[in-house]
Amino acid sequence: MNNKKLFAAVVGLGLVTLSACGSSSSSDSGSTGSKTVTLVSHDSWAVSKGVLADFEKKSGYKVKVLEDGDAGQAVNKAILTKDNPQGDVFFGVDNTLLSRALDNGLFQSYEAKGADTIQAGYRVDGDKVTPVDTGDICVNYDKAWFSRHKLQPPTSYDDLIKPAYKNLLVTENASTSSPGLGFLLGSAAKYGDDGWQDYWKKLKANGVKVVDGWEQAYNEEFSGSAGGKKAKADRPLVVSYASSPPAEVIYADPKPSTAPTGVADGTCFRQIEYAGLLSNAKNTKGGKALLDFLLTKEFQQDMPLNMFVYPVVQGAQVPAEFTKYGPQAKDPETMDPAKIAEHRDDWVKSWTSLVLK
Amino acid sequence: MSRRGAAARLGLMAVPVAFFAVFFAWPVAAIVKRGLDTDGSWQLGRITDVLGQPDIRHVLWFTTWQALVSTALTLLIALPGAYVFARFDFPGKQILRAVVTVPFVLPTVVVGTAFLALVGRGGLLDEWWSVRLDTTVWAILLAHVFFNYAVVVRTVGGLWAQLDPRQEEAARMLGASRLTAWRKVTLPALGPAVAAAALMVFLFTFTSFGVVQILGGPTFSTLEVEIYRQTSEIFDLSTAAVLTIIQFVAVGAVLALHAWTVRRRESALRLVDASVTARRPRGAGEWALLAGVLAVVAVLLVLPLAVLVQRSLGAPDFGYYRALTHSDGGVFLVAPIEAIGNSLEYALAATAIAVLIGGLAAAALTRRDAGRWVRGFDALLMLPLGVSAVTVGFGFLISLDEPPLDLRQSWILVPLAQALVGVPFVVRTMLPVLRAVDHRLREAAAVLGASPWRVWREVDLPMVRRALLIAAGFAFAVSLGEFGATVFIARPDNPTLPVAVARLLGRAGDLNYGQAMALSTILMIVCAVALLVLERLRTDRTGEF
Repeated sequence: MNNKKLFAAVVGLGLVTLSACGSSSSSDSGSTGSKTVTLVSHDSWAVSKGVLADFEKKSGYKVKVLEDGDAGQAVNKAILTKDNPQGDVFFGVDNTLLSRALDNGLFQSYEAKGADTIQAGYRVDGDKVTPVDTGDICVNYDKAWFSRHKLQPPTSYDDLIKPAYKNLLVTENASTSSPGLGFLLGSAAKYGDDGWQDYWKKLKANGVKVVDGWEQAYNEEFSGSAGGKKAKADRPLVVSYASSPPAEVIYADPKPSTAPTGVADGTCFRQIEYAGLLSNAKNTKGGKALLDFLLTKEFQQDMPLNMFVYPVVQGAQVPAEFTKYGPQAKDPETMDPAKIAEHRDDWVKSWTSLVLK
Repeated sequence: MSRRGAAARLGLMAVPVAFFAVFFAWPVAAIVKRGLDTDGSWQLGRITDVLGQPDIRHVLWFTTWQALVSTALTLLIALPGAYVFARFDFPGKQILRAVVTVPFVLPTVVVGTAFLALVGRGGLLDEWWSVRLDTTVWAILLAHVFFNYAVVVRTVGGLWAQLDPRQEEAARMLGASRLTAWRKVTLPALGPAVAAAALMVFLFTFTSFGVVQILGGPTFSTLEVEIYRQTSEIFDLSTAAVLTIIQFVAVGAVLALHAWTVRRRESALRLVDASVTARRPRGAGEWALLAGVLAVVAVLLVLPLAVLVQRSLGAPDFGYYRALTHSDGGVFLVAPIEAIGNSLEYALAATAIAVLIGGLAAAALTRRDAGRWVRGFDALLMLPLGVSAVTVGFGFLISLDEPPLDLRQSWILVPLAQALVGVPFVVRTMLPVLRAVDHRLREAAAVLGASPWRVWREVDLPMVRRALLIAAGFAFAVSLGEFGATVFIARPDNPTLPVAVARLLGRAGDLNYGQAMALSTILMIVCAVALLVLERLRTDRTGEF
């Protein structure tokens, strides 16, 4: 039997197929020219087309965006690839993960133009990262549910462990979800390094429900969201963002005259997102221009409706829906990134065995 | 022929081996090395450390028993279905066969949502009987059956339909009871296919990720979920590496067991065209069986899908569907609807790669004189199914980062990753049928002067055409719904359907949620249509040669 011919035929066929696949496309995988600047971010990154086009026109750079998974994944992947990064600028490391990025030498120094316009509360030491946006992780409540039950919605961490609010709250797994972690850190900031465990014991006794992710908590378990209403959800309290009520208005059809949900102002933890110039970036000049752009008023004012976050530079306007339905928390809990770095893993571990087991 | 045969086999295997070495073994080894190799010395002590943790042992135990129970449950529920689809003719059979396959290719994020609507709070079960199954292990098991029903129906049914019923009839003619005839004639013939199906179901449920995460809540965790958490959230690469190795060993053991079972059962079967084996059901018993199978399909498979459709129609005038055509510049750089085109292109490329690689591998593995190491290769090809997508995805990042293989941002990475998952399907579907081709037919053709190419075209191809199409269909559908690896590497301006759904679900607001449901429904319909076309294609070509 002449098996060689058979082999030749099959391999030949294979090569034809492969080359057919190859030729149809390998257009833009080429090297990053100095006229292209690549932004690596998480998959919540969003910007209005016109605003980005405006930057491209003014600066002469073409912006390529690489959304690399959720916030945690994107940071981890950036650290893994830091010797040969996938882009020039990274946007989207928040205060809960900042130290992981800094300790691993993810960024190189650059002070963005306009850094002096950043509001004092958001600034960080050093020039490795630039604060870009902020948001608050807060308990949201279902207005209709509370008026139906003639009950005042909770306003503080303390309220949540009161019998009146038994079995009402759903939160996220602190080890897998960024609002879940934020809520845990908020409680730790409020009750101290030792007190938070006691708080969570009481919260557990008061029937807090924990699900893995924000999507499930908000869309499936929370009775105030559009998804939750369809799913006939029965938890009127959820750990979400201060900007969730505006989203409920903006993404509703027809638009309601007022937000169906509200924010418990005393249950907030402040999240700040940073951007930085990646170590070993190929296009540092373009990267610097892009970082400058992130602090322009044009971009800062464009962020709220795209990413549901608040600007950090002075004088940037926020849309009316935000001021009306989802103002920033007046006195949110905060925590120093260094302290978060020190305790995060331990706390999450003890939280897991305390609440989930 | 042995020496030439060996050379040919080596040649046939070269391409699949190279493919797996570069796009699977190397990336996975790189990420494991990153986790366990600090400054040139391997921290193998970590293995015992990690295994000593009660949490991890609990995860191992849960992973194993839920997979065993899921597999048993799936076989129990789906084998009657395989029989009905193989042997009975009934109206709407083609459509139904496509429908039962849809769940298999839907991304877990969609299925999880649909299942919650069914067995969760306020779901249908809750409304009718006040039964809630979410965050219980039952929800996980049911979803596993939902996903894997088609694996059994297709893998076992595909072969069953081609078994010559006259053999069983002959046995009965010779005095065997119906049961004895089935047990002595049909069961041994089906053995390899049942084993293959059971193995696949076990693999999928052992490595289950999305289902467990969404339906089980944070209290249930499989090995795969734990690897994901350690890699992606906690960034403890050394624990993740140890868990990856454990999963590797476990999956390898299962595959070895499977190879052994298949070898024992291997026999040349008399295959006939499927169209002559199916007939209308006869007698009350057969009608009842058909009705029972249809009822199971309706409740277990169609109902969750129906809930999805119902939710997608929540806005008047198909509002959610119309919204898909707008680019809001926010969640997406392009209108979500464009994800359909992307998905189809990626899936086609992935199918071409998978059929080529898998076909070559299957051809090499068919040879009778296959040695032990060739069989080992058979098992090796299945390994990608047992390795976490996050491991492969992170591995791609750190291994495929230099020319000529700096593919990290290339479009081809998506079909490559999808093909990795598709190849085992191609091999698994083709191999039982290829092996069942009587080798004497090939020898006879060769003796009569046919070239090997002609032997393949005139002997093998007509007999395996059906399996090849099923294989291609599976590879295509799996690629279409593949989520785990794709979400790591798909570019934002080219999201696939499942990636787009996940991103819509990740945002608050009615419109986003509705669009996610609408897009899921579209994905479901695209899959159903693709599978239906396949059914058609298959029948039309029957008897062409």
